[in-house]
Amino acid sequence: MERYYQPEIETMPREELKKLQSERLVKQVQHVYDNVPYYRAKMDAKGVKPSDIKGVEDLHKLPFLSKDDLREAYPYGLLAKPLEECVRIQSTSGTTGRRVVAFYTQHDIDLWEDCCARAITAVGGTKEDVCQVCYGYGLFTGGPGLNGGSHKVGCLTLPMSSGNTDRQLQFMTDLKATILCCTPSYAAYLAESAIESGLRKDLCLKAGIFGAEAWTQEMRNDIEEKLGIKAYDIYGLTELSGPGVSFECSAQGGMHICEDHFIAEIIDPVTEEVLPYGQKGELVFTAITKEAFPMIRYRTRDICVLNEEPCSCGRTHIRMSKPMGRSDDMLIIRGVNVFPSQIETVLLNKGMSANYQIIVDRENNSDTLDVEVEMPPELMSDSVAVIAKKEKEIVMALKAMLGIMAKVHLVAPKSIARSEGKAVRIIDKRKLY
Amino acid sequence: MTIKQISVFIENKTGQLSEFISLLADNNIDLQALSMAEAQDYGVLRIVVDKPEETAELLRANEWPCSVTDVLAVMVPDKPGSLTKILSVIAENNIGLAYSYAFLSKTQGHACVVLRVDDNDGVQKILENAGVID
Repeated sequence: MERYYQPEIETMPREELKKLQSERLVKQVQHVYDNVPYYRAKMDAKGVKPSDIKGVEDLHKLPFLSKDDLREAYPYGLLAKPLEECVRIQSTSGTTGRRVVAFYTQHDIDLWEDCCARAITAVGGTKEDVCQVCYGYGLFTGGPGLNGGSHKVGCLTLPMSSGNTDRQLQFMTDLKATILCCTPSYAAYLAESAIESGLRKDLCLKAGIFGAEAWTQEMRNDIEEKLGIKAYDIYGLTELSGPGVSFECSAQGGMHICEDHFIAEIIDPVTEEVLPYGQKGELVFTAITKEAFPMIRYRTRDICVLNEEPCSCGRTHIRMSKPMGRSDDMLIIRGVNVFPSQIETVLLNKGMSANYQIIVDRENNSDTLDVEVEMPPELMSDSVAVIAKKEKEIVMALKAMLGIMAKVHLVAPKSIARSEGKAVRIIDKRKLY
Repeated sequence: MTIKQISVFIENKTGQLSEFISLLADNNIDLQALSMAEAQDYGVLRIVVDKPEETAELLRANEWPCSVTDVLAVMVPDKPGSLTKILSVIAENNIGLAYSYAFLSKTQGHACVVLRVDDNDGVQKILENAGVID
C-alpha cells in the first residue's frame, strides 16, 4: 500500500492541481510585484503587469530569473518579506556572488519540511522508523531539510550530520536506523565500511534517500545490493528551499515534483523557448508558495526531461528525470557546487597562469578534484620548499573558496592541451550522465 | 667565489630531462654540474654551465621556467676529509646551509663544492680565515 504524507494534495486530480497552481501563481506574482523592486523593474522592463497573469498558461510572459540576478541582488534584493518576519537563512558554499543566501519565514520552513516529509513517506517512512540524517547540518540545506521532514513524519531522528564514519555505523546499528539520508557517494562509502568492519549483518536499514549529487543507475544497484535497501533519489536547490523539490516514490522511475509549491517548465537554454513535456532541456522553476524568497521562473541550469505519464504510485504530480547535465559549467563535487571561474580566480590571485585544467574523477565512489596549472616563470625558485609553499597556499585558498580540498599540480608551460588556442578547462571522468 | 647557478622547473614526466639536456647540447652549452631536487610532480634541476646568462636567455625563450641564483663555489683538494672541514666550519659558525653539491674541477686534483648560503661573501671569508679552502 502506497503511503502519502499529504494524500489530498499528492494525488489531486491534475485539473484541480492546475487550478490551485493558477490561483497561487496569480497571488505570488502580485506579491513580488508589490514587495520586490527588483522583480517589479524586471517585469516593467518586459512590459508585464500582474494583471496579465491570470493562470499557469500566462507563466511564459514573465521574465526569467538567473544566478546573475541573485548575484546582483545579493543579499537582500530579492527579499519579499520584512527581515523581522524571516527566521532562517540557508546557503550554498562558495564566495560572495556565487554563494546563494536564501531567506525563510516560519511558513516557508513548514512547507519545505512538508516536502521532505512527503519524500520520507514515499520511501515507506512512518513514525515507527528511525531516520539517520548524515547530510551536513548548518548552512547546507540537506541536514536541516530532512531533519525537519523526519520530525514531521514522526520518525525517531538521528541528526548525525556528515563525517565520522565509525560513529555513523555505531549509531546505525545500535539504534537500529531504518532510513538513511545522505549523498549517494557517502552511502556507497558507508556500505563499504559496514562490510569491512563486519557490521553489515547488524544493519536494519530498509531505505535510503540520496541526493545533492549526480549518481548513476549502476551506483544505485551497487548501494542497494551492499546495504540491502531500496535507494531513492531526491532533488532540490537552496534557491527553492532545499531537498524535497522533487523526490522518488516506490516506482523509482523519476522524481515527483511538489507541483503545489513549484511549477516546472523545460526550456531551450539558448533560445529560452518553452519546450513540451518529454523534451530534454533546462529546468525552470517558479515557487508559488514561498513568502520570503520567491523565485519566479528561476533557471536551474539543470538539464532534464519532464514526464506527465501517470505513475503507478498514485501520485498525480509530474516526474522529472535525474539531471542529465548542466547548461552552464558548474560541477558538483562531493555534493558541493564548484564553478571553474572560482578556481581561476584563486589561481590568478596567487600569481599563477590562466592555463589550467580541472580534472574531476571518482575513486571508490568518492569524487576527486585535481587542478593542474602551468608553472609561471616568475615563480621559479632554486628551492623546492619555496615552490611547495606556493602550492600549499593555493590548496588552502581553494579550500577557503570552494569548501573542499583539491590537489594542485604544477606542470610545465604549454603542457596543457589547447584547442583553438584555448586550454580545455574541465575533464570530468566520472561519466555521471 | 660566487658563481651563477641556474635552477630549472622539470615536470615529473618521462623524457622531460632528456628534452632539456638536448636543448643545451643543441646550443653548444657546456654543462659542468647538475643536481636534482625532486618533489612529487616536478623537480628543480640545478645546473652550472659555462655561459649562464646566455643559457638563461635561451631557457626563457623556450619557456622553461628558470631562475638564476648566486651561489658560493669553493675549491677543495680532491681527497678524503676536505668536505668535512668545510662543513665543520659552517656548523661551528651556525651558518644555515640550504643545499650543497660538488663536482670535479677542471683544475687537476681539485673539487668544486657549491654551497647555498645567505651571505656568499661572508661565508667565503669565514672559510678562508679557517684555512679550509684553496
